[in-house]
Amino acid sequence: MADNYIVSSSPHVHTGATIQRIMLDVIIALVPTTAMGIYFFGWYAAVVIAASIIAAVAAEWIFNKITKQRNTIGDLSAVVTGLLLALNMPPGIPIWMVMIGSGFAIIIVKQLFGGLGKNFVNPALAARCFMLIAWTGAMTTFREPLVDAVASATPLAIMKDGIAETMPSLLQCFIGMKAGTIGEVSGIAILIGLAYLLIRRVINITIPAVYVLSFAALTFFFGKDAMDVNYLMYQILTGGLLLGAVFMATDYTTTPTTPSGMVIFGIGCGVLTFLIRRFGGYPEGVSFSILLMNVAAPLIERYTIPKSFGNRGGAAKK
Amino acid sequence: MASTFKGGFHVPDHKGLTNSIATKPMPDCDVHIYPLKQHIGAPLSALVKVGDHVDVGQRIADTDQFVAVPVHSSVSGTVTDIKPYYHDSGAMVDAIFVENDKKYTVSDEVQPKNYKVTSAKELLKCIREAGIVGMGGAGFPTHIKLSPKTKVDYAILNCAECEPYITADHRYMLENPDDMIIGLKIVMKILDLKDGYIGVELNKKNAIEALKASPECDESIHIVPLKVKYPQGAEKQLIKAVTGRRVPAGALPADAGAVVVNGATSVTIAKAITTGMPLIERNVTVSGDAVKTPSNFRVRTGVPASFVIENAGGFISTPEKVISGGPMMGIAQYNTEYPIVKTTSSILALLHAPKTFDPDTPCIRCGRCVNHCPMQLMPFKLRDAAQKGDIDMAAKHYVTECIECGLCSYICPANKNLLQYIRMIKPEVLKKQREEAQKNGR
Repeated sequence: MADNYIVSSSPHVHTGATIQRIMLDVIIALVPTTAMGIYFFGWYAAVVIAASIIAAVAAEWIFNKITKQRNTIGDLSAVVTGLLLALNMPPGIPIWMVMIGSGFAIIIVKQLFGGLGKNFVNPALAARCFMLIAWTGAMTTFREPLVDAVASATPLAIMKDGIAETMPSLLQCFIGMKAGTIGEVSGIAILIGLAYLLIRRVINITIPAVYVLSFAALTFFFGKDAMDVNYLMYQILTGGLLLGAVFMATDYTTTPTTPSGMVIFGIGCGVLTFLIRRFGGYPEGVSFSILLMNVAAPLIERYTIPKSFGNRGGAAKK
Repeated sequence: MASTFKGGFHVPDHKGLTNSIATKPMPDCDVHIYPLKQHIGAPLSALVKVGDHVDVGQRIADTDQFVAVPVHSSVSGTVTDIKPYYHDSGAMVDAIFVENDKKYTVSDEVQPKNYKVTSAKELLKCIREAGIVGMGGAGFPTHIKLSPKTKVDYAILNCAECEPYITADHRYMLENPDDMIIGLKIVMKILDLKDGYIGVELNKKNAIEALKASPECDESIHIVPLKVKYPQGAEKQLIKAVTGRRVPAGALPADAGAVVVNGATSVTIAKAITTGMPLIERNVTVSGDAVKTPSNFRVRTGVPASFVIENAGGFISTPEKVISGGPMMGIAQYNTEYPIVKTTSSILALLHAPKTFDPDTPCIRCGRCVNHCPMQLMPFKLRDAAQKGDIDMAAKHYVTECIECGLCSYICPANKNLLQYIRMIKPEVLKKQREEAQKNGR
């Protein structure tokens, strides 16, 4: 008989899971958030999102062409980056700015460091911060949802001086009736996305839960209005906290993979977000917090290597 | 509540193909081939020469070395050749060829014993003489396993059978529950224990019932239902599930006070003592989508895999992959000439070999390998270490604890061959640790 079978190292079967499928799951999880953003901020938000995705994919395609590398746009990671960046944009952002931001995310933050899996900070967040510094005005101009061109401060900005009567109700905040970036306004849409990611086992709950809880604990005890549940709920439901905790702080490449590392990462994000919101010059601190923790992630991982099965003790005798 | 361990993953088991099919005997095979190495340990020397007549159960190869067991003929007939031949390990191994005279005259070496009145020492010797090894795949000599340096507290039968497709042990439990339990009782007697435990995955409920219904099943036998999760049948994970104890790194199960014996091995121990017949046959599952009639066979050792496959109706069409053992830890075969040996639990033929390695997709650090590793290792870091040839980094990440279950490669969405990299660096780390231990010892 001929030697005609494939020989390889075990295992000989595979789940069939792919990176593309994971990215698709993230995109699906972002559909409610995206839809709510478009509903509240109109067709222009849809244009911003489309432009951001197209710019991200094009940037990756062009970069791969120029550097003569295998084209990787099929893994959908550029789509995710483009989409996440758009969801972090104020609804009135000029299209050209978004496209430059998107290109920055892909080329400077991701591809120059070796592409998918090699970037050391979250590309969408890094691009957002770059844009915040480059075009501070455009990046901090927000408006009311469902109406055209009525400029408004975000609830977080208002809250810097304490809860005001002009603010939307907590329920409105949860649904998304408030000023903010395209993707951060609707808490309920983000939670639906979270549920989907958990069911599909794309992420695990550790980082989002620890992040939000540690932030909530600090805000409750040491916030501007300490011991005030109302203030606490506003702090959680407004701004980018939920979007960041669910979709940004769970980015695989830039967060620790170890169980205790994830807890430390979550706490770090929570503490930094609290400090920036409470004492910093900006009303919002989610992006900076996650970016700073991204940089710390390799170090955290290095010091949280789990003990292996046989090094955990528990044998009856030596 | 079913017992289990931390980590692991439910791998689709495909056991429905064969788990309700009764074990069939095989027709006569003209030539049987007995490799001189069917166990972990020292190789054997042939005790017969070309032209000799041999009987069923006759010892045909042995050695004085401690870590070794003899090989017996499973047929009567004439020795026609002794030469290197295919072996499912992938290497060519010296083998004794016996032409089957189809009379099956039994050797007078085969003498039954009553285990209840035989001393533990004598039983241990019989197990060695019967050529018994761990039949789950590892092939470690059973008499050594049953001679721990310190007294143990648990005797556990491993009937988890967590590898997909394989139903050989499942059929043993359904068809030979009495022998299965007698084997455990012999083990208990040797280890001087009053209680014995049988771990069975819950996807084999009828096997649990069959064991419970056996007249041999008394209050000393405890059947432990296990969660259906790979690798539940890995020795350390099984001990954790049954006893709650962890085998320390670098230690043996006996150091955690437990001895684990495979289910098929237990049946064979019972037969070796009560009938005197050594290890000359075993259950083999033939399965996979390339096999016309997936079946379970009671196979005499030495039969070529191709002969077993023919008796399962042959292939539907040429498979891409043939595996000896299960799809997670089995060994891919070049051809089907290799003979069935003591450790062959299954022949698996797959029409389409799934892609298990993609050089182009990058690791995205998703952490699935870390999350599911039953030994709580970080396989992606071990791959990094292996790629860099960084022995210290691999050691720091506990590479020597890897049990090579293959789950990391199985679940990797980037299709990285993580286990293959671990296999590259692990021997280097072990070598360095041995050298350092030697240096410190002097």
